[in-house]
Amino acid sequence: MFELSELNALLPEILVLTLTCVILLVDLYGSEQRRGLIHLLSIATLVFAAIATLRIHEPGQTVESEILLNGTLVRDQMGDVLKLFVYLVMGLVFVYSKGYLRDRNLFKGEFFVLCLFGMLGMMVMISAANMLTLYLGLELLALSTYALVALDRDNRLASESAMKYFVLGALASGMLLYGMSMIYGATGSLDLSEIAEGVRGASGDNLVLAFGLTFIVVGLAFKFGAVPFHMWVPDVYHGSPTAVTLFIGSAPKLAAFALAIRLLDDGLGGLHGFWQSMLILLAVASLAIGNIVAIAQTNIKRMLAYSTISHVGFIFLGLLAGTQEGYEAAMFYAIVYAMMAAGAFGVVILLSRAGFEAEDLDDYRGLNQRSPWFAFVMLMLMASLAGFPPFVGFFAKLQVVKAAVNADLVWLAVLSVVFAVIGAFYYLRVIKLMYMDEPTTDEPLRAPVDLGTVLSANGLAQLILGMFPGPLIAICAAAF
Amino acid sequence: MSDWPLLSLIVWLPIAGGAAVLLAGERRANLARWIGLLTALVTFVLSLPLYQLFDRETAQMQFEELSPWVATFNLNYHLGIDGISLPLILLTTFISVLVVLGAWGPIKQKVAQYVAAFLILEGLMVGVFCALDAFLFYVFFEAMLIPMFLIIGVWGGPNRVYATIKFFLYTFLGSVFMLVALVYLYLKADSAAILTLHDVSLSLTEQVWIFLAFLLAFAVKIPMFPVHTWLPDAHVEAPTGGSVILAAIMLKIGGYGFLRFSLPITPDASSTLDWLLITLSLIAVVYIGFVALVQQDMKKLIAYSSISHMGFVTLGLFIAFAIFARAEANAGAAMGFEGAVVQMVSHGFISAALFFCVGVMYDRIHSRQIADYGGVVNTMPWFATFMVLFAMANSGLPGTSGFVGEFMVILASFQANFWFAFLAGMTLILGAAYSLWLVKRVIFGDVGNEKVAGLSDINAREAITLGALAVAVLGVGIWPDPLVDIMHASVENLLTHIAQPKI
Repeated sequence: MFELSELNALLPEILVLTLTCVILLVDLYGSEQRRGLIHLLSIATLVFAAIATLRIHEPGQTVESEILLNGTLVRDQMGDVLKLFVYLVMGLVFVYSKGYLRDRNLFKGEFFVLCLFGMLGMMVMISAANMLTLYLGLELLALSTYALVALDRDNRLASESAMKYFVLGALASGMLLYGMSMIYGATGSLDLSEIAEGVRGASGDNLVLAFGLTFIVVGLAFKFGAVPFHMWVPDVYHGSPTAVTLFIGSAPKLAAFALAIRLLDDGLGGLHGFWQSMLILLAVASLAIGNIVAIAQTNIKRMLAYSTISHVGFIFLGLLAGTQEGYEAAMFYAIVYAMMAAGAFGVVILLSRAGFEAEDLDDYRGLNQRSPWFAFVMLMLMASLAGFPPFVGFFAKLQVVKAAVNADLVWLAVLSVVFAVIGAFYYLRVIKLMYMDEPTTDEPLRAPVDLGTVLSANGLAQLILGMFPGPLIAICAAAF
Repeated sequence: MSDWPLLSLIVWLPIAGGAAVLLAGERRANLARWIGLLTALVTFVLSLPLYQLFDRETAQMQFEELSPWVATFNLNYHLGIDGISLPLILLTTFISVLVVLGAWGPIKQKVAQYVAAFLILEGLMVGVFCALDAFLFYVFFEAMLIPMFLIIGVWGGPNRVYATIKFFLYTFLGSVFMLVALVYLYLKADSAAILTLHDVSLSLTEQVWIFLAFLLAFAVKIPMFPVHTWLPDAHVEAPTGGSVILAAIMLKIGGYGFLRFSLPITPDASSTLDWLLITLSLIAVVYIGFVALVQQDMKKLIAYSSISHMGFVTLGLFIAFAIFARAEANAGAAMGFEGAVVQMVSHGFISAALFFCVGVMYDRIHSRQIADYGGVVNTMPWFATFMVLFAMANSGLPGTSGFVGEFMVILASFQANFWFAFLAGMTLILGAAYSLWLVKRVIFGDVGNEKVAGLSDINAREAITLGALAVAVLGVGIWPDPLVDIMHASVENLLTHIAQPKI
C-alpha cells in the first residue's frame, strides 16, 4: 500500500492530467469562438504545474531522492529541474503556435490536448524509477506525437510522415521493450535500482545482459534521432505542420535526456564500459552525418532536422563520459538546445502566413531589410546553435568538450569541434541570406504582440545566458 | 581616476554605444554617426589615462579587475594589462575613432548597423587584449568574428560573401583547436587564469600538441604562410573600414596570442619547434614580398605586404630561442621581442593609413586596379604627400615607425644567425620595391586618364584621418622610447620565464 502523502509529490502529474481532461471537456462543449479560452487554459495548466512543482520544493534546497508508489516513480532534483524546463519550453510552443494554427484552421482543442498528454508522458518518463513506468511514459508521448503529426489530415506530406514516424517509432519502442525484457531476464527485476545492483560487477560475458543493453541503446538512439537511427527525423520535421515540428523538436529532447539518464546511469551504470563505446560510435556518426548533410538542405525545417541530429551527437558526448560532470554538461546542453530549437522554429512560424510556409532558405533573404530586429533575433539563435560565443550554445559545447577531455577522450573532443566548424557553415548561410542578400518581397514583417515579445525574449536569452551562464550551470550541477 | 574600472569601461562603453546606435535606427543616419563618433572619442580619451598611470617599473598586471563569472567552474571576469597589451589597446581605441569617422564617407546604406558593428568590434578587441581568464579571452576572441563577418559581407565588394565565409571558417577552424587546448590546460591546472597557466608544468609531448593547437589559431589570425590565403580575399572585398580594422588590429591579435599563450605556456615546445616558425616567418618575409610585387590590385598589394610584415613579428618572437642556443647575450632576445611589438604597433598605423589612402581613391574612381591610376599627384597634391609618406614608412624608411621595428628584429637576428638576418634584410629591398613602385605607378607620372584628371583633393575628414596617422607614424619613428619604455619590464619578465624549462 502507498501512503496518501506520496500523492503530494505527484501533484504536478495529477494536475496536468486533470486539467487536460477539463480542457478536453471544455473543447467538446465550447463553441468555435471559445478556442482562445483553450489556449489560455493550456498555458494556465503549465503555470499551475510549475507552481505545483515549485511548491513541493523546499526553497533553496536540493530535493532528496525519494522513491514513490512501490518503486515505480522517483522524485529527485534532476526530475524537478527538467520538468520545469519542459513547462517553459511547452509554454513557448503554445505561444508560438497560436497564430500559425489559426491561419491553417488547425486551432482546435486536439492540438493542445495532445501536446499536454505528450507532456504528461514526458513527466512520467522523467520521474520513472521502473522500466515499465519508463515505457508507459514513452508510449504516452509517442502516441500523442504520432497523432499530432497527422493533425492536418488532408495534407499528404503530413500523413505520409505520420505513417513513417508511427511505423519506425513502433519498431523502436519494440526494440526498447525487448531490451528491457532481456535485462529483466538477466537481473530478475524491472526496478532500476535493483537492476543497478544486479549488473554491478557483471562481465561482458553475460550474453543476455549484453543483448539487452544493445537493444536498449538502439531504442534510445532512435528516440534521440542519432545516426544510424535518424531516418525519421528529417521527414517528420519536414512533413509536420511547423507548430508540430516545433513541439517535436524541442521539449521531447529533455525527456529523451531523462530516459538516457534513467536507463544508462540509474539502471545500467555498471555497464558503462560497454555503452560508452556504443555511444561513441553513435556520437561520431551523428556529428558527421548531421553536420555534413545539413549543408545540402534547401528547406530550413530539414536543415534544422539535420542540425538536431548533430546536436544529439554533442549531447551523447556528455553522456558517454559517464561522469557526473558529463551528465551535467549533457543536461545543460539538452536544456539549452530545447530553447534554441523552439526559438528557431518560432522564427519559421513568424515568417509564415496564411497560405505561405516560410520553409525555403530563400524565404529568409533580406530579412534584415524587412525587420532588423527579428533578423537579429534569428542571428542570435543561429549563432547560439553554431556555438559561437558569447551565446549560450558556446557554453553548452564547452562543457561537453570539457567532459570528453576529462574522460581521456581528447581525440573525440577534437573531432567534435572540427564537425562544429563544418556545421558553422550552414548556420552562417542563414545569417548571410538575412543580411547580405536583397529581399524577394518588400512586405514588412508584422509580428503579433505575444509571438513577437516571447520570441524576442527567447532570442535575447541566448545572449544573456551566454554572458551570464553561471546560474544555469549551477542549476544543472545541483541536479546530480 | 585610478580607482575607476577603466578597462571595463573601455570594453563595455563601445558595446553600449553600439547598442545605442542601433536604437537610433537607420532613419536617423546622422544621429547614428554622431553617437558613434562620440562613443569612440570618449573611449579613446578614457584609454589615455592607462598610459599616464601605467607603472613602467613592474611586469605585474595592472588595472586589474576580478569578479566571479561562472562560479561552478571557477571562471572569473578578470581583466588586467601589462606593457605588452597596453600599446595594442591604445592602438585599438585610436584606430577605431578614425574608422568611425569614415562612416561619413562612402557608407550610405545601413549606416547605423555599420557604425554599431565597428563599435561592438572595438569593445571586443579591447577585451581580447586585457582578458586574463583563458575562457574570457576565448569568448572575446571568437565573438569578434560575427561583427567582422557582417562588415565584410554586408558592405563589401562584389565577391564579398565568398571572402567573408572564407575568413570566418578559416579563423574558426584555427581557434577551435585552441579551445580544446585551453580546456586541457584548464583541467590540468584546475584554473583558467592565464597567469596560472603560465606556471603549469607539462611534458614535452603535451607541450608540443598544445603549441600546435595554439599555432593553428594564431598563425591563421596573424596570418603566417601557408595559412594566409584568406587575408588577401578578405582585404580586397572588405569596405575600407573593415580592411583597416583587419590589418591594423585583428592581425595583431595573432601576435599577441603568441606572446600571451604560446611562448609562456609552452616554452619548451616553442624552443623545440622554433626552426619551423623561423622558417615560415622567413618564407613570409621573402616569398610573400615577391608576391606583393606582382599584384595588380592595390588592396591586394597592401594585404600581401601585411603578411610579409607580420613575418617580422613572428621572426622577432621566435628568434629568441635561436639566440638562447648561442648563450652569449640575452639582450638580443629582448630586442627581438620589443621589435616585434613595435612592429605590430607600427604596422597598425601604416597599414591603416595605406588602406585609408586606397579608400580615398576608391571612393572617387571606384577602382582598386593600379592600372586605372597614374599621375594622381597632379590633381591631388595633398593626398599624394600623405600617400608617399606612408609608402616610405611601409618600406622601412628611417624616421618613420616602419624602420624601428624592422631594424630591431634584424639586429636581433644577427645575434642568432647571419643568414636569418640576411634573409630578413631582404625586406628592405622588397618592401621598398613594391611600395615605391606602387607610388610610382599610381601617384607619379602623367595624368593617366580622364577620371584621374577629374579628381578632387582630400576633404577635411580625410585630412584629419591621414594627418593623425602621419603624426603617429612619424612620432614613433623619431622617438620610439615612450613606446619601448612601457613594454620593457614585461618583456624582460617574459624572457626570464621562457628561458626556464618547465617540463
